[in-house]
Amino acid sequence: MSEKLYPVSITVNGKAHAAEVPSRLTLVDFLRDTLRLTGTHVGCEHGICGACSVILDGAPVRSCLMFAVQLDGCSVTTIEGLARPDGTPSVLQDAFCEAHGLQCGYCTPGMIVASHALLESNPQPSEAEIRDAIGGNLCRCTGYQQIVDAVQLAAGNLAKGAK
Amino acid sequence: MKAAPFEYTRVSTLAEACELLSEHGGDAKLIAGGQSLVPMMAMRLARPAWLVDINRLEELKHVELRGDALVVGAAVRQCVIERNADAVRSLPLMNRALKWVGHVQTRNRGTVGGSVVHADPSAEIPLVACVLDATLVLQDTSGRSEVAAREFFFAPMVTAIAPEQCLAEIRFPVWDAPRVGCSFEEVSIRHGDFALVSACAQVALDADGKCVRAALGIGGASPFPHALPEIGAMLEGKVLDDMLIEDAAVAVAGLIDPDGDLHATAEYRRFLARMLAMRVLKAAAEDAAGKGAK
Amino acid sequence: MSAQPGNYRYIGTRRRTKEDPRFVTGRGHYVADIALPGMKHVALVTSPHASARIKAIRTDKALALPGVHYALTGEELCANVDPLYVGVDAPKVARYPLARGVVRYAGEWVVAVVADSRALAEDAAERIEIDYEPTDYILDPEKAILPGAVLVHPDHGSNVLYRRTFTWGPVEADFAKAQHKLAFRARWGRSATVPIETFGIAAQWDPGTGLLDVWASIQMPKYPDQLARALRLPGNAVRVHFDVDVGGSYGVKRGIKHTVLVGYLAKKLGMPVRFIEDRLENMRGGDMHGPDRIFDMQVAFDTDGTIHSLKIRALDDVGAYAGRSPLQLGKPVGAIVGPYRITSVEYEPISVLTNKTAQEAVRGFGQSPTNYALETAIDRVARHLGMDRVELRRKNFITRDQFPYLIPSGSTYDSGDYHTVLDKALRAADFPALVAERDAARKAGRLAGVGIATCLEPSGGNSAFEPLFNPKNETTTWMDSCLVRVDISGAVTGVMNTSTSGQGHETLVATVLGEILERDPDTIRVVHADSLNALPSNSPVGSRMAIMLGGAAAGAAKKVKAALMAIAAHNLGVAQESLEYRDGSISAKGDAKKSLSWDQLVEIAHRKFHKLPPGLEPGLQAKFVWEVPTGGGLPTADGRIQMYPCYSFEAHLVLVEIDPATAQPKIRRYLCGHDCGTMINPDIVHGMTYGGIAHGIGAALYEKFAFSDNGQLASQTFMDYLMPSALEVPGIDIVDHCTPSPLTEFGQKGSGEAGYLGAPAAIASAINDALAPLGASIDELPMTPLAIWTQLQGGKTQ
Repeated sequence: MSEKLYPVSITVNGKAHAAEVPSRLTLVDFLRDTLRLTGTHVGCEHGICGACSVILDGAPVRSCLMFAVQLDGCSVTTIEGLARPDGTPSVLQDAFCEAHGLQCGYCTPGMIVASHALLESNPQPSEAEIRDAIGGNLCRCTGYQQIVDAVQLAAGNLAKGAK
Repeated sequence: MKAAPFEYTRVSTLAEACELLSEHGGDAKLIAGGQSLVPMMAMRLARPAWLVDINRLEELKHVELRGDALVVGAAVRQCVIERNADAVRSLPLMNRALKWVGHVQTRNRGTVGGSVVHADPSAEIPLVACVLDATLVLQDTSGRSEVAAREFFFAPMVTAIAPEQCLAEIRFPVWDAPRVGCSFEEVSIRHGDFALVSACAQVALDADGKCVRAALGIGGASPFPHALPEIGAMLEGKVLDDMLIEDAAVAVAGLIDPDGDLHATAEYRRFLARMLAMRVLKAAAEDAAGKGAK
Repeated sequence: MSAQPGNYRYIGTRRRTKEDPRFVTGRGHYVADIALPGMKHVALVTSPHASARIKAIRTDKALALPGVHYALTGEELCANVDPLYVGVDAPKVARYPLARGVVRYAGEWVVAVVADSRALAEDAAERIEIDYEPTDYILDPEKAILPGAVLVHPDHGSNVLYRRTFTWGPVEADFAKAQHKLAFRARWGRSATVPIETFGIAAQWDPGTGLLDVWASIQMPKYPDQLARALRLPGNAVRVHFDVDVGGSYGVKRGIKHTVLVGYLAKKLGMPVRFIEDRLENMRGGDMHGPDRIFDMQVAFDTDGTIHSLKIRALDDVGAYAGRSPLQLGKPVGAIVGPYRITSVEYEPISVLTNKTAQEAVRGFGQSPTNYALETAIDRVARHLGMDRVELRRKNFITRDQFPYLIPSGSTYDSGDYHTVLDKALRAADFPALVAERDAARKAGRLAGVGIATCLEPSGGNSAFEPLFNPKNETTTWMDSCLVRVDISGAVTGVMNTSTSGQGHETLVATVLGEILERDPDTIRVVHADSLNALPSNSPVGSRMAIMLGGAAAGAAKKVKAALMAIAAHNLGVAQESLEYRDGSISAKGDAKKSLSWDQLVEIAHRKFHKLPPGLEPGLQAKFVWEVPTGGGLPTADGRIQMYPCYSFEAHLVLVEIDPATAQPKIRRYLCGHDCGTMINPDIVHGMTYGGIAHGIGAALYEKFAFSDNGQLASQTFMDYLMPSALEVPGIDIVDHCTPSPLTEFGQKGSGEAGYLGAPAAIASAINDALAPLGASIDELPMTPLAIWTQLQGGKTQ
C-alpha cells in the first residue's frame, strides 16, 4: 500500500528538476528533502511565520502552503538562487551582513526572499513599505530593526549602481 | 503536521472539475490558492480523499466589466484583483479590503473565490461580496446556477455550495454614480490576522450631498459576513451628518449578535462594530463628498 | 564618559560578524538539514486530556502500516531510562519523556511512532488506540496550593514544588516605621520565546563503537551528561555535536526529554532516528512555556519617596512537571531590589504544579517578570505620592559611587551608573517633548501614556540558585572554557564547547583572540567541539557568554602569547620584560633588529624543538577554563548568596497611544538607554537588545499560552499565539553607555537578555499611564485590546 507517486518537473534556481513525489509533499519539503536545498526553512507549517518563503513565478509565496505536485512546469527561486552566479552574496545579502540583519539565521532566507521581491517591484521603498513587505515574516531575534536597516542599505547600494 | 494522503488531479477544464466533484461527492475538494485549505490539511482538520486543482483554469481567471458588474473569476488571485485597473476603478471597496487580507505572500497565491467559499466570518472578501450584494455563480455537471452572496453564507465554513459545485465567478455590482465613496476598517490584534471585527461601507451622494445609496456590513461579529441593508435604508435620502451616522452605528450594534472567544468577548465585538460602523460611514461619506458634484 | 572606554583595536568597533555570510546565502546547518543514511522519523501521540488514567494502548493497527517500524510506550521507555533532572528536591515528581499510566496535561507525549517518513509516522500515530479514563484536574495555581486540592503528583503529597519565605534585613521594622505602605497584585501571563525553529534532534547509535551520536537544536547546561545519565550510559558513550546551528532559543531549547526519547529509539532500533517537533507538538508539549506568575507585592516608603522595604510573594504555575523551571524563582534573588537602595526584603517564592504544559527556562530566567512587578511597584508609589516617576527612580537609585553595592539578599552589584544612563535616555528621547506629545494627544481626545522602566540584567550566569533552592545540590562550579590553537601555518583557531543560537559566539571568540594576539579576527576560525572533544562548558545561558566565553578566550590567548614571549626571549637572548609584542611579532624594545616574526615564532614552536626554551610544550596551543567570577559560594542559612557577577542596566522610555474607539494600543516611540559595560561587537549587542525589546512587546501586549476551562491549550497555533511582526514592533532607538565591569577582562557585561528585561515593564507603565486619567489600570500581562477595552468601560462608568 505504498503511496502513489506523481511525476513533476519544477525549475528551481534555473535548473529543471524532475521527480516523482507523493501528492501530499509540500513544496518546502520537496525543496528540502527531495532536492536537498535546505536554505528554505520550516517554521510553522501553517502559513503564518514566513520562514518557508520562496519566489514562485516571480512572486513571493509560502512554500508550506502548496503541494509540489501542483507546481509541475513552474519556476521557483529559493535563497540559494539569490546569490550572484559565483555564489557570493547578492547586494541584498551583503547588506544583511553589513547591517547584521539577522542573528540565528533561521527566518533569514524568508526575510531575504520577501525583501528581494519588494526591491524588484519597488526599488526605493519607504520604511513603512519595507515593514509591510516583511510583515508576514516573523523573526524572534532582531526586533526587525536591523532587517529594515539592511533593506534600506541594499536599496541605497542598488541605487548607486551596486550589482 | 503533514497532510493525510490524497489523490490529486489537475483539471484542464471547469467541466472536468465538476465531473470529478460529482463522481467523488464530499470526498473531493477543490484547491485554488490553498492558503486556508492547506493548513487545515496539514493539521488533518481537512482530509479530502481527492484534491482537484483548479489553479490553472484560465476560464476562472477573468476580471471584466460586464454590464453594471465587475465579474471576477473564482481563481483570480488576490494580488491580481488588487492591481487590476478595472477593479481599482470600479470596485474601490475591494481594493481597500484587500489591504487587510493576510500578507503579500498569501495574497500572491490566495484567490478571490477561495476566500469566498472558505467562508470565514471575519474574512474581508466575503464581507465585500455581501455588502455590495454580489452574485455568486456556481457550476456543476448540470450547468450554472446563481446565488446571492447574502444568501450564501450560513455559519463559519458552512455555505450554500453543494459538494459537487464549483464557484465559477462572482459578479460584483458596480455603482454607476459620480459621487461614490467607500471605506473598510477592521480591528485585528495584529495586522494581517483575521479581524476581531471588520466593517465596510459604500455610499453614493447626490449633487447636494444627500445620500442616494448606502451599504454597510460587519464582519467577525456574526457567524457569517453580515450585510445590513437596514442601515442602508436608514441613510438613504438623508444627509450623512454625524448624528445620523451615530444613530446608524447604534442600530448596527442592535442588529448583530456576536459570540465571544479567546481574543474578544461578545460585548467588546458589539462595541467595535458600533465604533467601526461609525468610522466607515464617516470615511465613506467624506470619500464621496471629496469626489465633488459634477 | 564615553560610550566605550578602553583602547582596543577590535573590541567595540563595528565589524561584520563571522556567522552572517553563511546564513544569508542559505548555508546554515540546522538539525533539520541533517540527513543520515536510512534515517527514520518520529511522530507523537499526545494526550487529549488534562488528566487521565491510561487504561490501554493498542499499537497493532499502526504497526501494520508499511514503513512503520516501532511504537514506543511509556511502559517500555520508563523501565529502561532514568527520570530526568528535577531542579528542586522533589524526587516523586518523576519526569520521563513519555507518560506512564497517567497523563497530567493535554498535549503530554504518550506514544512515539517511528516510520520511514514523518508523514507516515503521522499516519501511524492516528492509528494508535488509547483508552483513557479522565480524572479530576487542577488548573488554578492558587487553588492548587489549598488543602484538599486535586494532586498532580499524588506521591509528592502536595502541589507545592517549592516554597520558602526569605527575610533579608529588618523587614517588619522597616514596614512599621514607614510613612506609607501599599499593596497590589500583578500577574505575568504565560508566554515564551517561541523560536521560529522548533526543537529537533537526530541520533545514531553505533553498536561497533558503543557510541551515541547526537545532533540537536539545544541550549542546555550539562546536556550530554543529563542525556547519558538518563540513558544509563557512561558519559563518554554520548557524543553531542555542537556544530549544529540553532534556529533561535533565548532559553527554551532544553530538549532533554526529546533527546532521551530519540536516543533510546536510535539505540533500541539500531537505526538513525530524527524527531523534529511540528508546531503543535512544540506548543503543546515541547516544554517551552515560560513563567506564569502571580505577584503579591507590598511596599513600605516615606512621603519623600524613599522606598525602604518590599514584601514579595511570587506564585509560579510551572505546569505538570519540573526541570529547571522552579529555579526561575531563584535567579531573581540576585537582583531582588532592582537598581534601588531598598534595605530589606521579604521574598516568598512558591512553585506550584498544575495540569498544564511544563514550564522551562525563558530569556532572563524569571528576571523579567520580577522586574515587571518591581517597576509596577515604583510607578504605584509615584502615583500614590503624586511624585514624578523619573524623580522617584532617581531618588532611590544606587549611586555610582556606592559600587560595589551589596543588596539585602547577598549579591554584590559590580558597577553601574544608573543616573547617567537614565539622563542620557531622557535627553535622547527629548523627554519633555515626549510628555508634551502625550498631553497633546490627550487634549485631542485620545488616550496616551508615557512608560518608564529602569531595570537590571544580571549576567555572567552561574547556578547559585541550585544550592539555594535545593540544599542537597552543592553545585557551585559553573565554568566555561576555550581552547586556542595556532597551527603550523600560523593560522589561529578558537575552539568553543557549546552550540550557538544566534548570539554570535564565533565573532565573540575571534574578536577576543584577535584583540589579545593582535591578529585580524577575520583570519581566525572558530569551531564548535563535540562533547567528547570539548572542554567544560555550561552553555550560553544566563547572559554569560561575553563574560565567560570571552574571558576564557582571553585567558587562553594570553597563555599563547606568553609562550610566544618565552620563545622570543630564549631565541633573542633578551629578557621578557625588555621585549615588546606587536601584531604577533616580538622585538627587543629599542632594537628592532632583534625581532622574530609571527611566522618565525610559530615555526620554532612547531618544528624547532632545539630552539624551544626548556620546559615549554611544543606546538602552540592553550586552554583556559574559567569559573564565574565571584561564584563558588554556598548560600547562608538565611538564604543570602552571590548570584550572577555582573549587572547590566537598561532605561526604557516609551510613548503609547490607545485608540479609544477600539482599545488598540500603538507604540509611537521607543527608546532604550543601555549599559552593558564594554561591548565586544556593538551590532550584536544592539541586535539582541532590539530583539529583546520586541520579545518584551510580545509578552506585554500579544503573547499568551491560554488554557480553556477543561485544560486544553487554546493558543496552540500561530493563529492564536500572537507574536509581533515588523508592523507591530516600532522603530527603536538605543543609547549606549559604558560602565565597565571590574570583574571581566575588557569590562564587558552580559547582554543576551537585554531589552526583554525592561520592555514588558515599560509598556505596562505606558498603558497604565494612558489609563490613569480614567482612574483605571491593568495589572496583568498581556495587556490585550480586550483587557484595555474592559478597563475603558470601567473607567467610563466610574
